[in-house]
Amino acid sequence: MVKLLINGAERELDVAEDTPLLWALRDELGLTGTKFGCGMSLCGACTVHVDGVATRSCVTAVGDVAGSDVTTIEAVSGKAAEAVQTAWEKLDVVQCGYCQSGQVMSAVALLSENPKPSDQDIDAAMSGNVCRCGTYVRIRAAIHEAAKLMEA
Amino acid sequence: MLARHLDNDSPQLLGSDVFGRPMKAAAELPASRRQFLKASAAGAGLVIGFTLAGGNKLAALAAAAEGGFAPNAFVRVAPDGTVTVLIKHIEFGQGTFTGLATLVAEEMDADWAQVRAEHAPADASLYNNLHWGPVQGTGGSSSIANSYEQLRRAGAAARALLVQAAAEAWGVPAGEITVAKGVLSHDGSGRRSGFGAFVQAAARLETPVEVALKPAADFTLIGKEAPRLDSRAKSRGEALYTLDKSLPGMLTALIARPPVFGATLVSFDDSAARAVKGVTDVVAVPQGVAVLGRGFWAAKQGRDALQITWDESTGETRGSDQIMAEYKRLAEKPGDIARQDGDAETALAGAAKVLEADYEFPFLAHAPMEPLDCVVQLGEGVADIWAGSQIPTVDQGAAAALLGLEPQQVRIHTMFAGGSFGRRATPNADMVSEAVNVAKAIGGRAPVKLVWTREDDIQGGRYRPMYFHRLRAGLDEQGRLVAWQHRIVGQSIVRDTPFAGMIQNGIDPTSVEGANTLPYHVPNITVDLHTTDVGVPVLWWRSVGSTHTAYSTEVFIDELAEAAGKDPVDFRLELLGEHPRHAGVLKLAAEKAGWDEAPAAGRTRGIAVHESFHTFVAEAAEISLAEDGSFKVEKVVCAVDCGLAVNPDQVKAQMEGGIAYGLGAVLHNALTLDGGRVEQSNFHDYQPLRMNEMPEVEVHIMPSDEPPTGVGEPGVPPIGAAVANAVYKATGRRIRRLPFDLHDFSAA
Ligand code: FES
Ligand code: FES
Repeated sequence: MVKLLINGAERELDVAEDTPLLWALRDELGLTGTKFGCGMSLCGACTVHVDGVATRSCVTAVGDVAGSDVTTIEAVSGKAAEAVQTAWEKLDVVQCGYCQSGQVMSAVALLSENPKPSDQDIDAAMSGNVCRCGTYVRIRAAIHEAAKLMEA
Repeated sequence: MLARHLDNDSPQLLGSDVFGRPMKAAAELPASRRQFLKASAAGAGLVIGFTLAGGNKLAALAAAAEGGFAPNAFVRVAPDGTVTVLIKHIEFGQGTFTGLATLVAEEMDADWAQVRAEHAPADASLYNNLHWGPVQGTGGSSSIANSYEQLRRAGAAARALLVQAAAEAWGVPAGEITVAKGVLSHDGSGRRSGFGAFVQAAARLETPVEVALKPAADFTLIGKEAPRLDSRAKSRGEALYTLDKSLPGMLTALIARPPVFGATLVSFDDSAARAVKGVTDVVAVPQGVAVLGRGFWAAKQGRDALQITWDESTGETRGSDQIMAEYKRLAEKPGDIARQDGDAETALAGAAKVLEADYEFPFLAHAPMEPLDCVVQLGEGVADIWAGSQIPTVDQGAAAALLGLEPQQVRIHTMFAGGSFGRRATPNADMVSEAVNVAKAIGGRAPVKLVWTREDDIQGGRYRPMYFHRLRAGLDEQGRLVAWQHRIVGQSIVRDTPFAGMIQNGIDPTSVEGANTLPYHVPNITVDLHTTDVGVPVLWWRSVGSTHTAYSTEVFIDELAEAAGKDPVDFRLELLGEHPRHAGVLKLAAEKAGWDEAPAAGRTRGIAVHESFHTFVAEAAEISLAEDGSFKVEKVVCAVDCGLAVNPDQVKAQMEGGIAYGLGAVLHNALTLDGGRVEQSNFHDYQPLRMNEMPEVEVHIMPSDEPPTGVGEPGVPPIGAAVANAVYKATGRRIRRLPFDLHDFSAA
């Protein structure tokens, strides 16, 4: 039994401690917004927040986040999240959309830390999130747009 | 087999649509409809009756059951006025939900806010791709082009019936009723109403045979950038993909596949695999050994624990270098002729200057963001399949054949797909066939979700083929191009598949497209082809033949321009007299890129133009070269002529995405074999383009009244050559072997 705090609720799971958080979220809790792209911390599709920090859930064992606050795309909220999702829609960032939960989670983490990121900051924070559809131009523009929305 | 009857069909079994909204199942249709389905399943004659005559009824009855109205197979209007467009093509990023719904909404004069989209079921009699004949499927950048008139007619028919119903209810002539933004109005009487009020009356009217379509000048949605219908769901993790599908009691399956293509299974020891907690079954299937478990992690650990003996003697055990060496040998001899104008050999012999260049292209994996997956549930006389089905007719046929069912008994629920780039359009329906085989192997006891890992995806074949190109061209004393010889060596994509009929006179058009259609005016041209035998499964990859032909022709023409002492844009334009649309985008891209002015210090530019799928694209790339020999593509200016742009913002998005996809491949990607074993496995050694490498992109759309053509693929082909030509300017080196990562520019 592993006890986790997911999206503000205590959850008890009958899984081994070394089960990746990604599969606990998806297969045990039905939280399918978090995606699987590589399983090796190479693509960012599985990004969640652990105590507010963007974390690749595919290489994070549930046992290691037992005392932490885990937030997924289903529950991400607050000023940065609102700004990011508004900007994403306004600029029609998405294509297939499969990487976008991870992109949004990484962008929210970035803006929560750094509300006015430069292009270099965006490169540094977002280069771990692959988008095979190549929506990078719009992701960059939407992060700048979200920064503006947060100022307003 | 799991005994499940249509009459027991419950809505939960169908679950929700791709936006997570609950779906209505057959159980909610009138009883007569259920009996009809049963009867259809029982006899082939009735099945034909069902598909030909009953198809519209299916939509109509479904709509009627909800108190709505379905004038045809593409449109449903609900009592609340919501207009749902049934999309016969898969939405995998290219924006087809938005684009096709725009066509219907335009002719209905619907308000965009009331428009919804959902995937149509698999039924080729209703939803075939009009460019492909009797097959439902997505590809060749054809979705908008083949639907353009069909869906506008569907929208116009719906509008006409709503207008007629309103006219009868209000007692006014139909011709006096106007419709705008989802509101029907009659000026004389001051009456106004939304669509919802008339759905029941409209449902009782006969569908009009003739409907008039709007002149382009009256368009309010086409050409006007309607926002994507899936943006919100996809920005919030709510959009549903196959991987997200869950059914009660469902098991997850992973398959261990042979280590070299074509190897066969000898034996396996599953004792360790079965000892993994959560593993329920280990079964042999034609594609390998499947491990099933409760959830992905159990199945994955179980598969890791399998001990398997393979017979590799039947497999392809050559390495990429060996295969390329054979291709080079083949290129010494003439191949099958794909195009012959004049006499290139004689003209070359008499040319003042002859240039020759060889180009090498590696295998490429598609690596869509969502690895392949498929959910299957078997019932009695019926199978339900959830998949990112790119060619539902093929997927349905393959599943039916494996299950001994009629195709109509296989219900395909098309999900959003996390990209495809061609990978989900397999002639043998690989992911569906595998999943069905696994479900069969456990006797249909439980629904099965087959998942490929990224390693399975990178190593699983169906690659863009390796190619070798040899080009020779001659210039006369005045620097005019007088001869062009282009030889291509590589595997055929369609040979030995249901698409083999595309091969004519030994030429697979997908091997030579873009080369045999060279737009430049040259009096003597030969294009020939050697089709090779290699045991590596291959497939179309975003823009297909143009992935390599655009590169070799557009890098070579640049070289010829230089040899002729001409500017690369001027040289091309002089040869494009018969191809004004190529010339148009080339001029536009050059102008917007500031081609006539020198780039900033430390920057160089290259340009390329190419037509694919009847869309014309020119791209000018500007790069900067660093001291250490690394270079960055800083900016790409793109000009596209796709006829009328139904949604200009989405045209831009596809150009941006195509540039990113093509650029990632030419910079980094090669799928290589050593002794038949694939050497790459995941995104660390098959590097996708990342944010820090993405250039700024500027897209200019050529104004046009021509009918719309596709944009999903045509953004890809020019980028590699444009970058190569810029790299040449910076380094003096012509890159003829891809990817660029193979080359060290630090000495440049
Ligand atoms: S799935 Fe976790 S980083 Fe790719
Ligand atoms: S939107 Fe398709 S992978 Fe990013």
